[in-house]
Amino acid sequence: MIPASFDYHAPGTLPEALALLSKYGDDAKVLSGGQSLLPLLKLRLGQTGHLIDIGRIPGLEYIREESGFLRIGGRTRESALEASEIIRSRYPILHDTAKVIADPLVRNMATIGGNLAHGDPGNDHPATMLALGAQVVATGPNGERVMPIEQFFLGLFRTALRSDEVLTEIRIPVPPARSGGAYLKLERKVGDYATAAAAAQVTLGGGGAVERVGLALTNVAPTPVKAADAEKFLVGKRPDAATLGEAAQRAAKVSSPSADRRGSVEYKREMARVLTTRALKLAVERAGGK
Amino acid sequence: MQPRTTPEVGGMGHSMKRKEDPRFIRGKGNYVDDIVLPGMLWMDIVRSPFAHAKIKSINTEKALKVPGVLAVITGETLAKYNLHWMPTLMSDTQMVLPTEKVMYQAQEVAAVIATSRYAAADGVDAVEVDYEPLPVVVDPFKALEPGAPVLRTDKKDKKDNRIFHWEAGDRAATEKAFAEADVRVKQSLYIPRIHVASIETCGCIADFDRVNGKLTVYMTTQAPHAIRTVFALVAGHVGLSEERIRIVSPDIGGGFGGKVPVYPGYVIATAASVVIGKPVKWIEDRMENLQADSFARDYHITAELAARKDGTITALRMKTLADHGYADAAANPSKFPAGLFSICTGSYDVKKAFVEVDGVYTNKPPGGVAYRCSFRVTEAIHAIERITDVLAQELKMDPAELRMKNFIPKEKFPYKSALGWEYDSGDYGPALQMAMDKIGYAALRKEQAEKRARGELMGIGISSFTEILGAGPSKQFDILGIKMFDSCELRIHPTGKAIARFGTKSQGQGHETTYAQIVAEELGIPASAVQVEEGDTDTAPYGLGTYASRSTPTAGAAGAMAARKIREKARKIAAHLLEVSPDDLVWELGKFSVKGAPSRSKTIQEIAFAAYTNHPPGMEAGLEAVDYYDPPNLTFPFGSYICVVDIDRGTGMVKIRRFVAVDDCGNIINPMIVDGQIHGGLTMGMAPALLEEISYDENGNNQAGSFMDYLVPTAVESPSWETFKTVTPSPHHPLGAKGVGESATVGAPPAIANAVVDALAHLGVKHVDIPITPEKVWRILKEKGVAE
Amino acid sequence: MATHDIQVTVNGTAYDAQVESRLLLVHLLRDQLRLTGTHIGCDTTHCGACTVLLDGQPVKSCTVLAVQANGRQVSTVEGLEKEGKLHPLQEGFWEKHGLQCGYCTPGMLMTTCALLARSKNPSETEIREAISGNLCRCTGYNNIVKAVQFAAERLGKEA
Repeated sequence: MIPASFDYHAPGTLPEALALLSKYGDDAKVLSGGQSLLPLLKLRLGQTGHLIDIGRIPGLEYIREESGFLRIGGRTRESALEASEIIRSRYPILHDTAKVIADPLVRNMATIGGNLAHGDPGNDHPATMLALGAQVVATGPNGERVMPIEQFFLGLFRTALRSDEVLTEIRIPVPPARSGGAYLKLERKVGDYATAAAAAQVTLGGGGAVERVGLALTNVAPTPVKAADAEKFLVGKRPDAATLGEAAQRAAKVSSPSADRRGSVEYKREMARVLTTRALKLAVERAGGK
Repeated sequence: MQPRTTPEVGGMGHSMKRKEDPRFIRGKGNYVDDIVLPGMLWMDIVRSPFAHAKIKSINTEKALKVPGVLAVITGETLAKYNLHWMPTLMSDTQMVLPTEKVMYQAQEVAAVIATSRYAAADGVDAVEVDYEPLPVVVDPFKALEPGAPVLRTDKKDKKDNRIFHWEAGDRAATEKAFAEADVRVKQSLYIPRIHVASIETCGCIADFDRVNGKLTVYMTTQAPHAIRTVFALVAGHVGLSEERIRIVSPDIGGGFGGKVPVYPGYVIATAASVVIGKPVKWIEDRMENLQADSFARDYHITAELAARKDGTITALRMKTLADHGYADAAANPSKFPAGLFSICTGSYDVKKAFVEVDGVYTNKPPGGVAYRCSFRVTEAIHAIERITDVLAQELKMDPAELRMKNFIPKEKFPYKSALGWEYDSGDYGPALQMAMDKIGYAALRKEQAEKRARGELMGIGISSFTEILGAGPSKQFDILGIKMFDSCELRIHPTGKAIARFGTKSQGQGHETTYAQIVAEELGIPASAVQVEEGDTDTAPYGLGTYASRSTPTAGAAGAMAARKIREKARKIAAHLLEVSPDDLVWELGKFSVKGAPSRSKTIQEIAFAAYTNHPPGMEAGLEAVDYYDPPNLTFPFGSYICVVDIDRGTGMVKIRRFVAVDDCGNIINPMIVDGQIHGGLTMGMAPALLEEISYDENGNNQAGSFMDYLVPTAVESPSWETFKTVTPSPHHPLGAKGVGESATVGAPPAIANAVVDALAHLGVKHVDIPITPEKVWRILKEKGVAE
Repeated sequence: MATHDIQVTVNGTAYDAQVESRLLLVHLLRDQLRLTGTHIGCDTTHCGACTVLLDGQPVKSCTVLAVQANGRQVSTVEGLEKEGKLHPLQEGFWEKHGLQCGYCTPGMLMTTCALLARSKNPSETEIREAISGNLCRCTGYNNIVKAVQFAAERLGKEA
């Protein structure tokens, strides 16, 4: 439980942090909340020569709606997301998500940026961000780079974030009226990673049909999974039980879970289906549908 | 039961606030890792990644170069002192450090001694071990097949992996009863390996004082005296003599049986301190604790009941394969390699019974009884309560009704069971009835029927258990030959206050309070004025420690008996002071008064003062007594638990809606503490029923080696327990008390398992093994075509 | 192996320390400052025995580096009692038998201290959720809930 030695830097500004990242390259890691990184280092499953702590840099923690987006600073703590009134009332899918990340103590340190940047398919925000169609803002030595979330997750523990960049902001398009979302996570106990989880964000049209939908799954593949086929299927249809059921089938089909203590491949895939059905149903209810 | 003493005196029956709490609520507890000694060094352990492998070489060169590292100890080092193997508490042998091969994943391979905690960890990382993997045996059935690799190659003539065969009861009579029965049911069940995972892991500081030739070891141990004697016997040849060994058990952060065994880390740290001449601290981390320390359960049981058509059980038969890991290191009494498993006739009047248990070696850590199980009673009761429900299902009889029909009636106590136990007292019917009333049994059955019609899954499970505690009478019980009495040394000071020392060791059970309450009850000295000490072998009278819920039955009794010896001397002093004959005195609530003249009296405080200032001629001064209590029998607490579950048809998730526990532990010393024991036991009963399991893949890799996968319940998974009591005193215990620490861990798992099976019974389900994971339930629902 | 000079205020007292980058906050508190009330119970950030308040927020001090606490305020169990007067939570745990072996207790106290600071009258569900990052093996959690409710009522009266 003791990490191997490393050097630690606590830059006071973002340019300083970026300079350090450029200097040390792959031998450096960003320390944000540390709740994924420090456990790895303590078990000596990962190693680094330099920790660049971005905890002293002002202006990285905020939640505000601006110019058509909900903008969240990369270092915003999960507990702040959970407590945010804007998020609870207008982005319930995100409130659902923040509430089930690890446990309340971990959430006081863990950050949304860390949760996305770690590239762990077991983390909860990635699927939600896919469902919301979010954008990731990475700041590097040459300035800001905005990436659609669909291009962010490359593989197991690999994201599009470069080693000389810091994830400084997440942007979520403000949903139109008649929108609702939900994140449902099946976990063996509080604090566990998802056996499977489903994120559903729905906008209903005037006639009650689905106008827009984002659907994604947690921990049933090496990366978070966007259920694109299921999304396409839903658009334009009324969200009745049969339709939602068919969409959930399609979503489960694109999952490729690995067997572990949380469940067999078959069970996890089936749970992806069950949770997707339930998440869609709840999202539709919250969107004002029935 | 109304307390006989006032709240100020705080005798039995008072829920007095605990005397030990002031230090714990301030963070001023004194746990092993809190202790720092001058010059102290740190030890950390290199462990094997393989479950079975030859050690080809250990290269310590890099490790010795790590700043702060002073030494690396290997099996070769210890072999020089013949300390590389040690006896287990069951008279088997186990390695301290290997010289040839390792036999379980995470086994100790070498130890690094360094000047700091962090340097020791770096040293461990730098030790290079070259292994040659050997074939691994993890399946206990395969371990018994001809041609299976023989694991204990250290035992010269051993040709197989068998450890022991043990049986009890009448095989032939039982077979006959089965042959003649109207109904027979049979069920195989597996109770998986689990780990107690106290929040404090194990550790020690071994401090060998070269000048005085004295070894002091601060240790997380539930049985300090037994440890001291074992050390003296094992290391006598290197000059450690029992009077120069002191084991100190300071505050312990939870024991539950996991802190009874002698772990290799303790022995290595001691050897290191003796050789280096400085204190050596070793504190294991959680993954080491889960992967290497003593486990519990791992019993493969086939249970059978024979019965008449009307539901009367006529016979019971059980056959068990016990997976012990690579050594038999279960901390059982020596004549009981399967512990007290023969309690498996449970609460029922079973006339004929036969049980047999076979122990087998596998490539896993050794252990067997380290999880609040009263020496295999959890396994026994799980089996009988499950097979009873299987019988109820077969007979289409309500499980409560079947139990009521078969309970040992009150008039039959003391009851001689078919497997040889004499149950001291019991009154099972009222306990079950109370549980049924409190949970609203009839209404729940009605609700279940309505829900079933709508396809909703709801279950009601009952467990009516009998526990067996207080090991134990010297004619049957010993550990490594040491009889299982326990002791109290009680001394009253001139100002009427007292100090009481015991041979047990609390790890949170509240002895500093409850033992004081016993003295208060017997002598009328306020419990607040009785100082209780345990755990230092230099001062405490000899005892076998605290586990298997034995403290109240043995040491608690010793406390009462010591107090009564003091009362007898006090009578004589009072007689001297009052100038009457001792027979003219009446004792009540802290004073002796003259028969017929109650205003002429002397309080215990006045008597105590006189013991030092005005004792009768011819009598020794002072007022103290020692009692070594050899219990005449074990005690048999019991209870009935009822659990209501709702099952999510889509995910298979089981949710406990309500859980009512009716416990009978005889006369109660401190009701609040008893309830606390029951709450804790219930959560530790729910855990293996739904969440916890240690399993191994075919290469012997531990699949639950950290809290990531070893699922200890949080306050969210743990329901709000509802607890109630009946009181049936023990006829042989001086206080009528029975003990209670493990009852709930015994009674809860089958109540939950029975509830889940009950929820699925209409689909034809007869049994589900614990832990009942959501996937297990989902598979059943899928198979039966009723998944969401 | 870089070392850093840091200053951490613990229970209102400022401490100077020289620490390795990798030193965990819990080890700073226990080993260097000898405040051994904060305990260690696991190595995977699950058990919460190490819970302290960092600038008023309960965190697992085994998963925070000492250097991260530089210039910040830490509150540990040793700071709950003020001038000989126990904190209502300490009283509640004592009164309601909310502890047995005492090992998880400091972590429970710090977590629930922060809970009662933000929620005056938490329900049983809220209490259980708030302590879901703190494991206890002894109590079965029932009496911990009662202890917190006792303290909430006591704090309500004192307000």
